[in-house]
Amino acid sequence: MARRDDLETILIVGSGPIVIGQACEFDYSGTQACKVLQSERYRVVLVNSNPATIMTDPEFAAATYVEPLDVPSLTRIIERERPDALLPTLGGQTALNLAVALHDAGVLERFGVELIGAGVDAIRVAENRHEFKAAMEEIGLAVPTSGFATTLGEAIEIAESVGYPLIVRPSFILGGGGTGVAHDPDEMRAIAERGLAASPVTEILIEQSVVGWKEFELEVMRDHADNVVVICSIENVDPMGVHTGDSITVAPAQTLTDVEYQRMRDAAFACIRRIGVDTGGSNIQFAVDPADGRQLIIEMNPRVSRSSALASKATGFPIAKIAARLAVGYRLDEVVNDITGETPASFEPTIDYVVTKVPRWAFEKLPGATPTLGTMMQSVGEAMAVGRTFPESLQKAIRSLETGRHGLNCDSGETPLAAEGDDDLVRAAAVPTPDRVFAIEAALRRGVPTDRVAAATGVDPWFLDGMLQIVEERSRLAAVGLDGATRADWRRAKRLGFSDAQLAYLWRTDESAVRAARLDTGVGVTYKTVDTCAAEFAAKTPYHYGTFEDEDEVAPLAKPAVVILGSGPNRIGQGVEFDYCCVHAAFALSAAGYETVMVNCNPETVSTDYDTSDRLFFEPLTGEDVLAICTTLAARGELAGVIVSLGGQTPLKLARTLGDAGIPVLGTSPASIDLAEDRERFNALCTQLCIPQPEGGTAASPADARAVAGRIGYPVLVRPSYVLGGRAMQIVYDADGLDGAMAELTGTGSLGREGGLSATRPALIDRFLEDAIEVDVDALRDSTGDVVIGGVMEHIEEAGVHSGDSACVIPPTTLSAPVIATIEEHTRALASALDVLGLLNVQYAVKDGEVYVIEANPRASRTVPFVSKATSVPLAKLAARVMLGAMLSELRAEGYRVPRQGSGGHVAVKEAVLPFDRFPEVDTLLGPEMRSTGEVMGVDRSFGLAFTKSQAAAGNRLPEGGTVFLSLADRDKPAGMVAARRLVELGFSMVATAGTAAALEAEGLVAEAIVGKLRDDDREGLDAVELLSSGKVDLVVNTPRGRGPRADGDHIRRTATRHKVPCITTVSATLAASAGIAERAAHAPMVRSLQEYHDDGQLRLEV
Amino acid sequence: MTRDALLVLSDGAAFEGEAVGHVPESGVATGEVVFNTALSGYQEILTDPSYAGQMITFTYPHIGNYGVNPDDVESRRPFCSGVLVRDLARRPSNWRATESLDEFLRRHGVPGIAGIDTRRLTRHLREAGALPGAFGTDETAVRAAASVAVPTDGLDLVAAVTTDEPYTAGDPDGAFHVVAYDFGIKATILRHLAGAGCFVEVVPASTPAAEVIARRPDGVFLSNGPGDPAAVAGAAETVASLLGEVPVFGICLGHQILGLALGADTFKLRFGHHGANHPVRQESTGRVEITSQNHNYAVDVDSLRGAAVTHVNLNDGVVEGFRVLDAPAFGVQYHPEAGPGPHDASYLFDEFTTLMAEAG
Ligand SMILES: Nc1ncnc2c1ncn2[C@@H]1O[C@H](COP(=O)(O)OP(=O)(O)O)[C@@H](O)[C@H]1O
Ligand SMILES: Nc1ncnc2c1ncn2[C@@H]1O[C@H](COP(=O)(O)OP(=O)(O)O)[C@@H](O)[C@H]1O
Ligand SMILES: [Mg+2]
Ligand SMILES: [Mg+2]
Repeated sequence: MARRDDLETILIVGSGPIVIGQACEFDYSGTQACKVLQSERYRVVLVNSNPATIMTDPEFAAATYVEPLDVPSLTRIIERERPDALLPTLGGQTALNLAVALHDAGVLERFGVELIGAGVDAIRVAENRHEFKAAMEEIGLAVPTSGFATTLGEAIEIAESVGYPLIVRPSFILGGGGTGVAHDPDEMRAIAERGLAASPVTEILIEQSVVGWKEFELEVMRDHADNVVVICSIENVDPMGVHTGDSITVAPAQTLTDVEYQRMRDAAFACIRRIGVDTGGSNIQFAVDPADGRQLIIEMNPRVSRSSALASKATGFPIAKIAARLAVGYRLDEVVNDITGETPASFEPTIDYVVTKVPRWAFEKLPGATPTLGTMMQSVGEAMAVGRTFPESLQKAIRSLETGRHGLNCDSGETPLAAEGDDDLVRAAAVPTPDRVFAIEAALRRGVPTDRVAAATGVDPWFLDGMLQIVEERSRLAAVGLDGATRADWRRAKRLGFSDAQLAYLWRTDESAVRAARLDTGVGVTYKTVDTCAAEFAAKTPYHYGTFEDEDEVAPLAKPAVVILGSGPNRIGQGVEFDYCCVHAAFALSAAGYETVMVNCNPETVSTDYDTSDRLFFEPLTGEDVLAICTTLAARGELAGVIVSLGGQTPLKLARTLGDAGIPVLGTSPASIDLAEDRERFNALCTQLCIPQPEGGTAASPADARAVAGRIGYPVLVRPSYVLGGRAMQIVYDADGLDGAMAELTGTGSLGREGGLSATRPALIDRFLEDAIEVDVDALRDSTGDVVIGGVMEHIEEAGVHSGDSACVIPPTTLSAPVIATIEEHTRALASALDVLGLLNVQYAVKDGEVYVIEANPRASRTVPFVSKATSVPLAKLAARVMLGAMLSELRAEGYRVPRQGSGGHVAVKEAVLPFDRFPEVDTLLGPEMRSTGEVMGVDRSFGLAFTKSQAAAGNRLPEGGTVFLSLADRDKPAGMVAARRLVELGFSMVATAGTAAALEAEGLVAEAIVGKLRDDDREGLDAVELLSSGKVDLVVNTPRGRGPRADGDHIRRTATRHKVPCITTVSATLAASAGIAERAAHAPMVRSLQEYHDDGQLRLEV
Repeated sequence: MTRDALLVLSDGAAFEGEAVGHVPESGVATGEVVFNTALSGYQEILTDPSYAGQMITFTYPHIGNYGVNPDDVESRRPFCSGVLVRDLARRPSNWRATESLDEFLRRHGVPGIAGIDTRRLTRHLREAGALPGAFGTDETAVRAAASVAVPTDGLDLVAAVTTDEPYTAGDPDGAFHVVAYDFGIKATILRHLAGAGCFVEVVPASTPAAEVIARRPDGVFLSNGPGDPAAVAGAAETVASLLGEVPVFGICLGHQILGLALGADTFKLRFGHHGANHPVRQESTGRVEITSQNHNYAVDVDSLRGAAVTHVNLNDGVVEGFRVLDAPAFGVQYHPEAGPGPHDASYLFDEFTTLMAEAG
């Protein structure tokens, strides 16, 4: 049948903001789909609220809508664009749920929109655990015994009949939200309650627990002719009970005989056929009893997923890309495998290496959260590594995480384990935590038998033996020593994945000495190719990984090559925004005639798509690994240089190492980077440029810190140098607070791992500017000194809320023209003084009309994609060209949009999205430590409207009316009253805590009721928690006294989150919200595509 | 402690590794080196008689992970002459495992070499074609053996693997009585035939047609087997005289011999098809089957007369199956019985029984 010509316009729905359980893997799948459908000459209409994504670049669709992903705005878009079909299987759970909602609302029918990929029934059966189990039993596939409950009562009954331990999981939920294992009725009650609340259909599954069984996943594809293939099998190292997203996983499956594997394959095929996924990929999960091989089917996701992104990167088979083709009528055998260029896609990839994925968590940023892993996903990112053996890929994956570890122990990070007794280690290993694997290695190193560790952890003995080989090799190496190491020793060590840094630690020397000695014996890395076919056919795509074998497969360079270093695993503070910049650089530089080489280790991203750059090296972003790539390329032709300034802090950290090794570092020089990062020297520079800064100083010890604080006065802000995302940054109001904060930074503190405190890595102590307006600026400078201001962003929340966590707006709404002029002047001055070549991000705090510079980063910032989407200027592309010598004037001539002052007639608001729904114990208060996982953008013709859109997109849609619960810190009361008055004028009624109520009275506003604070002994007034649970409150405004963890009133904020009541924690945001609510009431809602907004930056309004 | 070993191909290419499995008396193992790309199923592959005279390179680096069990064997013992792997598992893990692969290899006298760059070897064979080679711990002996090692072309390896005495499989009261020529038959095929309701008499490859007819079977099955079909003494003639007398079904070597019986030619592929992921299109339906394959030779489609091609390999267009036009007979080049591999093509056994039902 091939291409469907009856379709013209196809609507693709993205997955919205990056949240835990739904990250940039859907930018990867969505971007692939857009590319494919456009190349198939369809008119693509895209909707995604996330501006940081690559898929929302105007060139990937005919019409790109950055609008909230909800039924009302989707309906407007459909009405406007009249798509023939909606492809919902590439935007995660969000897109699936939205498709079902649009169907139920009759929208699809009304506008004659066909669902392609998966129909509503398929989605329902797959995503509703109830119907799913019924369906599986119907075709004779075993599932865990279970029952469904819609009330707490039912839940307890079923629990009794199924028997403990059992596992509770809500229907229609992603990432395992609200799930848990209960061992007794008490635990059961707590978990069931949370689960019922979490499920959009208030239904939970209560199921026999098979914790400890082996967990497997199959990635399966089907076409409309019912051809079905397995793309990849994945085995979890962490057994059932740890979410696949939180598990160390390995591809392909390692411990299944072919008989067992084929049985699983048959079951998967039966499943996808019964569910009725018409075309595309599905992820199917199985549990296998290690004692007798019994297989249970756990779930299926009728869409591409995080695992299918992993499978695509692990095999070279682009699942999403093929899925898009299948959705528009092609059969698998009608699609060519672009890696071989000749064989068809209707086959099952086979690989000749081992892939290991290790998750990355952010518990250190979420005080109060317990770092125990379970059935609910908590990781924020992941790193993947490819090696020829499991031990090699495991060690590479661990060092790819950038958590300060150089492999499976054998580095300074192992020190704490030394103190533990053998039994403690086994006990530690028995509990799934981020550090479990290190405890396992330590236990094995102590000689604890594999079988005992296996029994305690449920980790398969085969994996443990792989770790044991690392242990044994380590002791062998320790005995030989650096000087005694023969070629055979080096080869064995490197083939087990030992990094030079680990060997340096083992032999008490430094990494360069190790590298030199190793290279002397002729043991260097060789690069192999990921080719979908284990070398049976020649590969056309240079997608490489490093290992230690005989033969290297890197071809000579045809053109000058530019290496672009990516940003590694997603983490809070460094996510898809940086991938966006790297990908844009690759596009711009390929177009300009360079051979682009991407280096990254994050399987979720567009940057690690072999299609994005001319060559891809899927390698850890460490000095050793990156240097090896650069030297190999330099030996194959002309290496123009390495770009370190687009991938966030990760590659920036490598600038020195690369520079010292004589590798040309493109863009701003390592020297200037240091100048900007080194507080003392940067301060000097600002003074010399007469740019005011908050007073401050650096401190290598608590004593220094007190001295500095004494000089500048409290409150002060304490933070380590060389970190991103405000890691471990604290605002302290007195000396005790200061000592506490300093303790954090020393060896044992959460930052101890990353270098701790020292003269070279001092803590920075700054005067904290209260109630200052924060401003972010992204600017670009070329080699001739020509500087352009990309965008000036005014933050909604005051300084003190991390730039990454606060909403911001383009263009500024309250800043005066002179202030903006000053900001731009300072920015230009800094750009020239730092001799910036490429991007510069500067953060300012404006207090009483005075502009202070907070920090300057001579690199791409988190806000680059937002600025580009808001203003249509492709900052990252321009930066990449500029770094290779192009002048802004040339680029203008080439037709690139280079900013003119003042953006168009529209306003764009960026709002941060926070992970609190997954961490009920954590205070939702915003502070200088960044905690958001993602962002959304609202764009409209006025600030108020754009702001309400941004809130809706972020999932806290502001109420039209009802009751506001107001509880303000004293310093916020004056300003708070202005907001309160607005809200009352809009018809809201107020309830408040005593002090705030008094303030209202004074303003002549009434508080209908007084709410007592839970913590007060005299429990006069309503109980805040009860009030919020009762659903009588529509909006919470709670600004606490001071900032920082566990600030006062956190129970109010946490309860609000649990009951999904919108909660605002700053007065500035409250003012914005009231403005928005007012305007929303006054104006008809509308949707516009970015292309329209960007068209001359002018907004065309129909009146 | 490990013993360093060396693999050398007849063209001189050398690969470092260490000795595993059985230590051959001569200290050197020789054979034709081929590669198999299946991710699982090493036990079935090692015990498949079709590998007689060959040394098997596994492209997947970890082999032996789930050990060896008594059930997943394709014949009484391995017939391959060597095993080449990147990593041989030390600690097997699977509830059915009764011994490690290394123990199994030693018990059955199969020499092996581990730790070599199997991807480099595979790429080498992909370009040079299947090559004879030798490996062992004594470099000079190995190099000497490699320089004189011969390929399987023109060798009748069937004689070495076929059963000496007839034996039976399946239920004696089964719906169909099938005589199966053992050119190196896999146990999984017998299981499938029995499963399809056949009582199977397995006879030596040299059994004359008359003797088979005398047994008055409902159908004759031609099994898989090693090496060059053209070299299997008398087989083509025997099959030619069976055609039209009784329904015939051939798999792999059996399919090639059926082709020869029709007067078609066979030829040797550069490096053959050895794996579990080959896409085959069934011409009648257009459906794609993912198939298990293991063959170095194939039927030359241009020389094939009196038959209709039923299955085609989508990677390289090789004939994967045909139906004889004027007689109830068909064959497939790949392995519908899997063992190891996908089950997509198991329907072919039912087609055989249907054919027998119609004929009878
Ligand atoms: N019956 C069970 N017993 C023990 N663990 C389970 C069971 N069912 C699921 N799990 C664990 O919970 C995790 C999440 O369950 P899953 O059905 O995959 O939900 P999600 O939609 O969040 O992926 C699984 O990866 C598995 O580790
Ligand atoms: N002197 C200061 N006064 C008030 N707020 C500050 C000050 N310095 C930093 N901040 C706040 O802390 C946040 C994080 O500081 P920043 O230097 O941007 O760290 P990072 O490099 O992690 O982004 C800023 O976004 C700002 O809100
Ligand atoms: Mg799951
Ligand atoms: Mg799921």
